[in-house]
Amino acid sequence: MEWSPIILTFKLAFITTLILFVISIPLANWLAFTKSRIKPVVETLVSMPLVLPPTVLGFYLLIVFSPSNGLGRWLDEVLGLRLVFSFGGLVLASVIYSLPFMVQPIQAGLSNLPTSFREAAYTLGKSHRETLIRILLPNIKPALLTGVVLAFAHTIGEFGVVLMIGGNIPDKTRVASIAIYDEVEAMNYGLANAYSLFLFVVTFAILLIVYGMRRKTIL
Amino acid sequence: MLLDVQMEIQTGEIIALYGTSGVGKTSTLRMLAGLMQPDSGYIQISDETWFDSSKKINFAPQKRDVGLMFQDYALFPNMTVRANLEFAQTKNTDKKLIDELVEAIQLGDLQHQYPTKLSGGQQQRVALARTLAQEANVLLLDEPLSALDSDTRHDLQDFLLAFHKKYHPTIILVSHDIGEIFRLANRVFVLKNGKITHTGTPLEVFAEGNEKLIGRVIEVNEIQGFVAILIGNQVVRKSLNEKFNEGDKVLIDIVF
Repeated sequence: MEWSPIILTFKLAFITTLILFVISIPLANWLAFTKSRIKPVVETLVSMPLVLPPTVLGFYLLIVFSPSNGLGRWLDEVLGLRLVFSFGGLVLASVIYSLPFMVQPIQAGLSNLPTSFREAAYTLGKSHRETLIRILLPNIKPALLTGVVLAFAHTIGEFGVVLMIGGNIPDKTRVASIAIYDEVEAMNYGLANAYSLFLFVVTFAILLIVYGMRRKTIL
Repeated sequence: MLLDVQMEIQTGEIIALYGTSGVGKTSTLRMLAGLMQPDSGYIQISDETWFDSSKKINFAPQKRDVGLMFQDYALFPNMTVRANLEFAQTKNTDKKLIDELVEAIQLGDLQHQYPTKLSGGQQQRVALARTLAQEANVLLLDEPLSALDSDTRHDLQDFLLAFHKKYHPTIILVSHDIGEIFRLANRVFVLKNGKITHTGTPLEVFAEGNEKLIGRVIEVNEIQGFVAILIGNQVVRKSLNEKFNEGDKVLIDIVF
């Protein structure tokens, strides 16, 4: 068994979760409290990866970022950034694909808080940002944890999007789920089993630790 | 319901808003605090206009020098009692005021506890202290002492009066307790169906033409020949010399 697909999988999941955490908090905050008319549109876009087959998303990302098309060419020529068949492309695709898993728990957590928390902070003279950081987020820790765990787990389990935009390049885009598929194709069931079992055990352990921690913090 | 309120309040007055639930008392406070926007009208504090629909002026809650004590307390569960009070201090970070407040609300021992560990009455006292810690010039208190037993309530009324004497904030207080209004307020506004129907000192508003007490019969005991009548919070016993039913409203003459 090679370690690189496993390492690549966790590296992808870690970076994706980190980026998602940073962008989902303002996004969820906006969605939870906005009165804007475009809110349903944004909500729909965020939730699309839940229903779309991953291959659809992967296919469009492949088209958009292909160096033979407008945006892909611009990125390639001006910024030297090639997002198809590269790790950067995997990260971008994973962020889009796991977005609802991070945004939705945080949004639900924020909108379930009593309105008076925000109102009290505002009448105490606190800005929206300070209210978010010092009052709202500390009171939705379980929702934040759920978002992180779901996004992380979902990224580990990704297959379709990754295959479409990343392909199967060893050390670059060949993550564990793809390696497993590859080994099965080549009838190497033993190796496929080794990858699978490893993923199974490690993800089980991570989730168990997190849910165990969560139980402690809630009680 | 249309809320149509016109009030003029002197700086440093203590005003009581009185009325049954749902007449717009809380909404009036929320509009003053900037949490609710009136359709039209204006709010002016000293020479500063906080809201004016004709000039499209509407200050955010943060820009209004006002403290609002919420009916549901709105204590922050992630902060201890003391941290809740400290969070409210925007004008200065004088620890002495916090010490003074913690002592006044009789929660010195519990100041490092989290609000969810406290009883309803204790939480209400923290909410009051947090509003005072802000040192705003206008204080809006929505039934600030309603969850307290009568002794604690009395103590805190004394404290509120002492606080007012020291810092002279303008206070608008929602209360159902006429005794409390007499102790604290200079003037009362009576709200009914979204309009102010009476204004005046507590005595003018509540005692005018009231030489009799209204009570309610709560028990009729024909065997021993008495009725029990509830007047305010007190029960009096009177010998039975005519026919009463439980729930009857009766007028009682006061003989001094």
